[in-house]
Amino acid sequence: MVSEATNTRKKSVLWDWLTTVDHKKIAILYLIAGTLFFVKAGLMAVLFRIQLIAPEMEFISGQTFNELVTMHGTLMLFLAVTPLFFAFANYVLPLQIGARDVAFPFVNALGFWLFLSGGILLSISWFFGGAPDAGWTSYVPLASREFGGIGIDFYVLGLQISGFGTLISAINFIVTIINMRAPGMTMMRLPLFCWTMLITSMLIVFAFTPLAAGLLLLMLDRVFDAQFFIPGEGGNVVLWQHIFWIFGHPEVYILVMPAFGIISEVVPAFSKKRLFGYTSMVFAVLIIGFLSFMVWMHHMFTVGVGPIANSVFAIATMTIAVPTGIKVFNWLFTMWGGKLRFTTAMHFAASFVPTFVLGGVTGVMLAMAPVDHLYHDTYFVVAHFHYIIVGGIVLGLLAGLFYWYPKMFGHKLNETLGIIFFWVFYIGFHLTFFIQHILGLIGMPRRVYTFLEGQGMDTMNFISTIGAFMMSVAIIILVINIIYSALKAERVTEKDPWDARTLEWSTNTPIPEYNFAQTPQVRSLDPLFYEKIHGNGEMKPAEPLDDIHMPNGSILPFIMSIGMFIGGFGFISFHMDLFISPYVLIAIGGITFFGGMAARSLQNDYGYNIEKETVESMEKELS
Amino acid sequence: MADSVDVKKGLPANPEKATLEGKNKFLGMFVFLAGETTMFATFFGTYLGLRSGTASGPEPADLFQLPLVFIMTMILLTSSLTSVLATYAMKKNQFGKLKLWMWVTFLLGVTFLSLEIYEFVEYYEHGLGYTSSAFASSFYTLVGLHGAHVLFGLGWILLLLLRNRSRGITLYNAPKFYAFALYWHFIDLVWVFIFTVVYLMGIGG
Ligand code: HEM
Ligand SMILES: [Cu+2]
Repeated sequence: MVSEATNTRKKSVLWDWLTTVDHKKIAILYLIAGTLFFVKAGLMAVLFRIQLIAPEMEFISGQTFNELVTMHGTLMLFLAVTPLFFAFANYVLPLQIGARDVAFPFVNALGFWLFLSGGILLSISWFFGGAPDAGWTSYVPLASREFGGIGIDFYVLGLQISGFGTLISAINFIVTIINMRAPGMTMMRLPLFCWTMLITSMLIVFAFTPLAAGLLLLMLDRVFDAQFFIPGEGGNVVLWQHIFWIFGHPEVYILVMPAFGIISEVVPAFSKKRLFGYTSMVFAVLIIGFLSFMVWMHHMFTVGVGPIANSVFAIATMTIAVPTGIKVFNWLFTMWGGKLRFTTAMHFAASFVPTFVLGGVTGVMLAMAPVDHLYHDTYFVVAHFHYIIVGGIVLGLLAGLFYWYPKMFGHKLNETLGIIFFWVFYIGFHLTFFIQHILGLIGMPRRVYTFLEGQGMDTMNFISTIGAFMMSVAIIILVINIIYSALKAERVTEKDPWDARTLEWSTNTPIPEYNFAQTPQVRSLDPLFYEKIHGNGEMKPAEPLDDIHMPNGSILPFIMSIGMFIGGFGFISFHMDLFISPYVLIAIGGITFFGGMAARSLQNDYGYNIEKETVESMEKELS
Repeated sequence: MADSVDVKKGLPANPEKATLEGKNKFLGMFVFLAGETTMFATFFGTYLGLRSGTASGPEPADLFQLPLVFIMTMILLTSSLTSVLATYAMKKNQFGKLKLWMWVTFLLGVTFLSLEIYEFVEYYEHGLGYTSSAFASSFYTLVGLHGAHVLFGLGWILLLLLRNRSRGITLYNAPKFYAFALYWHFIDLVWVFIFTVVYLMGIGG
């Protein structure tokens, strides 16, 4: 049987990456793909900021502007930030809980390839009649067949496919965290990044599924002439908004929770103190996760859902400020009186706190239903959510990047370049977005592609665009840093370059495919730190050294994703003039996907064993 | 490799959860079904919101035939029972019975699906096309999606039965049968809601 062959045969590098089910390699794949989408979406922002640099510019057309804004938002939220967090989660999470792998390595690979093929499907829309142009929320009737271009079909199917990938990855994380923790790692000793990824994954399970349903309805409307959102035939347009925001609000927390987690790892590590109020942090995360499903209608205050609904949802929204405040104070108390080391990672983590708070404050302002009529669809909203998204989420991501980089790649990023990067980025960020609060208050609407002279908006828009340029320069500095460090910086051979606290720092660098030769025995919260104080600084093993069982690689996830891609394209091509019928494409795609699934269930994948002797010699070589 | 060993003599009491892999499959399936629940809830919400949007086309009360739907319900409920019998047989390491009950489940599923197709054709002939109204679209989507789940389940069970036709119960395939049974119960549960929310409420008002 094919699957029972062991991994001894040497494979080509490309084949190795296409078939890998190793969580560490999948993490790198996520990191690369997420970064590419991030840069792409960032360039789009720069393009439409150039359009807005001066009144009545004619740099791009209104149509292109709409497409760029839509793609910018969609790419950032679905294809840049989520995969970047998944990169860290995939890499770090099994290590932090002392596991050899994730629960479903095959599903993990499938999740990545589906995410990627959905993203590519969305991106090729430019070549087939235009990108989606109805905003990342794709409100009907703007997005209906009557008014929306073919790009919306790409939006629907691209998100459907990549969302499915995200969903199955989330299930994988949940099962991994619950079932695969090392002995002694109780839930109340779980590192906070694991906690936040657990809650994030649960939010994905409960939020991406309504989205999938909504996207399916929109697809049926657009492609098969269903009547869900067509008022004349009994349909209802506000229904879309409900479905979308039942997904959309938790989505914000899906993005920000892992950032909370990263900050809660980085701050204690560089304050040389245990996280203040661990238990309250855990409960705050749980409460925020729960509440995030209760507030979706604050996005619909101006639709006219009625005063009662508005009041209830306004109050529910403001309630979230309480657990969020708890978290902020806990981070501050962790730093208070600690031995602070201002590494680049710590710069990002510490600066996260004030910017995130500012985004939270404007959020409470927006939650006041009557006042929201003034702010609604102005740049004030744009400023608010970018303070959360960039000032919170992206800073968290960058903190994580600098923090875990040595574990992932075997060398640190250069600290001087890192700190220069930080300041350029941080100043650029405030220049871009702080001023947009004021722009919004004096009445600049969002999603308009130009503005008139003499309304007092010229200078502020100019400054905002300069800020966007600065952030681009910062990203270039980061790229230089990555290249420079790869060429120059010394290899980090020690296990624990930051003097950190959690289990991932107890592994060898580079990490062998089996992670831990012997599963560690966890004796406390911050297990590695505990052993530094109470033991000899090394984790005690929980089992004797023995053969290690590993899963086989497989090409099927890749093939199945291609099937999804072809099938998805088939659904879109109903409104195209192709040489091939959509039904044929759908059939090919379906057979490939379900065929791959069948092949997987017919094959017996018992994995392979790494002999005890091999493990011993590998361990000796590494230490 | 312990998972692949056929433990004919001493299968543990719960072979589906005896290995870590089995435990993972079990929990993973539950989480997946939690997601499916929210997805179906969204379709139910849509249906409830749109079911009076008949746009002067046929209305629920004009169409639904309770006897047929009742028979379909009974068939599906019975198939859930037979899949329980199959898991019982699995726990007792009675491979023949496991297969038998799984095949019965399969056949009941096929019958259900055939009746559903018959039902749809019938409604279509009474003037309820997919695009006739928002009610029509949401009805066919909700019920049809359930049907698609049944179809998927049938393919799944068929693969399981063919692949394992002469293997006996092992710690490797027990979790697979069990995961299928969980899925099948879920499909059944969704149908009970459809029966109530769509058909009974459709006729009763
Ligand atoms: C880093 C540089 C960034 C710049 C300069 C930037 C700029 C902008 C601007 C000016 C808009 C508003 C356009 C309008 O409403 O007229 C916008 C919209 C948006 N941005 Fe960003 N952004 C950046 C980063 C991000 C990131 C990291 C995310 C998410 C992770 C993000 C998510 C969004 C979303 C969701 C929208 C709404 C799109 C829509 O209205 O459909 N942005 N961005
Ligand atoms: Cu919200």
